[in-house]
Amino acid sequence: MTRFRKTKMRQALLPGIFLGTLLLSAAGAGWIAPYSPHAEAREYAYHPPAKIHFRNEQGGISLFRPYVYETRRVFDSFRRRHYVEKPGRKFYVTFFKGCLFTVPEPAKAYLLGSDPRGRDILSRILFGTRTSLSIAFLGALLATVLGFWVGGLAGYFGGRIDQFLMRLSEFFIMIPAFYLLLALRSALPPDLGSRETFLLVVLILSVIGWGGLSRVVRGMTLSLREREFVSAAKILGRGDFEILTRHILPHLISYLGIAVSLAIPGYILGESVLSLLGLGIQEPDVSLGNLLQDCLSIPNIEFNPWLFAPGFWLAFISFGFYFLGDRLTRSGENG
Amino acid sequence: MKNLLNFIIKRGLITLPILFFLPFLTLCLMHMIPGNYFDSLKMNPQISAETITQYESHYHLGEPLAIQYFHWLKNLLRLDLGFSFAYQQPVLSILKSRVWNTFLLSSVSIIFAWCLAVPMGLLAGLRPNGWLDRTLKSLSYLGLAFPNFFLCLLLLYLAYRIGGLPLSGMRSVHFEDLCYLDRILDVARHMVIPVLVLGGGSACVLFRLMRAQTIEVSNKDFILLLRACRIPERKIIFKHILRNAVNPLVTLFGMELPALFSGAALVEIFTGWPGLGQVMLSAVRAQDLFLVLGNMLVISFLLILGNLLSDILLIAVDPRIRSLHPQGRAGI
Repeated sequence: MTRFRKTKMRQALLPGIFLGTLLLSAAGAGWIAPYSPHAEAREYAYHPPAKIHFRNEQGGISLFRPYVYETRRVFDSFRRRHYVEKPGRKFYVTFFKGCLFTVPEPAKAYLLGSDPRGRDILSRILFGTRTSLSIAFLGALLATVLGFWVGGLAGYFGGRIDQFLMRLSEFFIMIPAFYLLLALRSALPPDLGSRETFLLVVLILSVIGWGGLSRVVRGMTLSLREREFVSAAKILGRGDFEILTRHILPHLISYLGIAVSLAIPGYILGESVLSLLGLGIQEPDVSLGNLLQDCLSIPNIEFNPWLFAPGFWLAFISFGFYFLGDRLTRSGENG
Repeated sequence: MKNLLNFIIKRGLITLPILFFLPFLTLCLMHMIPGNYFDSLKMNPQISAETITQYESHYHLGEPLAIQYFHWLKNLLRLDLGFSFAYQQPVLSILKSRVWNTFLLSSVSIIFAWCLAVPMGLLAGLRPNGWLDRTLKSLSYLGLAFPNFFLCLLLLYLAYRIGGLPLSGMRSVHFEDLCYLDRILDVARHMVIPVLVLGGGSACVLFRLMRAQTIEVSNKDFILLLRACRIPERKIIFKHILRNAVNPLVTLFGMELPALFSGAALVEIFTGWPGLGQVMLSAVRAQDLFLVLGNMLVISFLLILGNLLSDILLIAVDPRIRSLHPQGRAGI
């Protein structure tokens, strides 16, 4: 058992650290992000990622005293926006003062550039990840609970209930997620408050997601219910509810864990697709999906490729989850 | 043969209710929102209130849900899917060309994905943990992690930067002037990015499965026996390993279809491919009731067709199924 644990831990260490860093950065967005996600600076619209200088007065490089210059907007002969540095005063980056790093105004520490309204993309990504991930986690949790109950009841009782529930879940599996997404979204008024929208997206995603899970849970419950400990519990007069939660659920936990970690990227994606199309989280709230809205027009990206940053961030996160799920599956096989 | 027919009919019967369930579900959902398409017309001072009530009663919009559904079904028998308010056209004529476009895009993507994933999976699975296996595995991870729509945007950006590929739509402006061969080429050029995105995405999933299957089959005893009998390696790989490993993939084909269609819808929206997904989005936004319903019907029809196809393919690939009870496959 201890050996099993050890290998399992070691296998999941690397993806765990990778994912943990991303998740912590999202959780601590308020502390890490140098700017508020809503702080607009219109005169800094489409600012490219800030150049950070390490060269000190002696001509050497001091890694711990980086600085930036203030920038000024100029237009070239094509009326295209450029930012040039104003040499002279150096704005040293200060660490751990209210947030992880910042520079004194009027200079800007836009590490990943700024969006059309001059808001810091990095800060927006961090806050947006928080929204997206909480939607994904809540959605996955709801879907797991639903999937567990539907699958568990179907597998445990069998017969008519099983038939009915499984046909139902087949329907939901067969419907293309995108069309279901649209159909569900179409049913709801477009002008919802931000909190209602948030809950709505969670609900929609979990309605889409529970089907596949419930089928697997049903299969596992089907074999578990024939085992001796379930018979023993029945003979002892335990209720069905108790048997399901106390005796069958613990056996499914490790599977459910892996399934959730493999499913979460799907939920993040679902949220971002909805928001990207303008049907999910909307301005002024930030999520990874609606950050990508700026990428939709090609000329916009052509001159400002840093607008792609939220997409890469999204890819990193889903990569982390797939990585973790894969490692967990493999360690389960080894053990 | 009779057995075979029975099997197909039974599978069809299981999936058939979805054809009517999906539009009904959509109707119910759309019924829940206050208002309909004509609400936006009410703002228009040029259209009188009487005209709108006339319209509403003509399309049975004020009546209860069941009656509306009944009317819709009744018209369906005459192949009349209703009238699209936003396009001012019969729904059928809008969808007809779009179905073909979506079908074209999806089928080419499927073929691309299979042609890519099966040989690669076989190659990787024959030498697990070799250099090829490692490279392909990491590539498939990357492909999985990059969301389809984001990959699409990236490719569009690249195409914009490098040039040479059209960025949106399905045909060039001068399409009508081209000769037959050039027309095909023109559509093919427009298809490169959508197919790369769609096919690449599903190839990653298929590749991982194919690789795992190849490894599993290669470790079976009968392969060892074949090797011991000095059957040529080429024959073992192509006749025994490949055929056995491909089997579960065919089952997956039916399961993958919904994902493919929703992926196709997204890619259509971003690349401007005139398919079903694009219409669906605009129809949902405009609350164009009959167009949404018709779209759902067509999508479920395509799904059922795909599932049936996968069943038939499975029978062709795996003779064992023929003697099996149709229920035997339901659990896979």
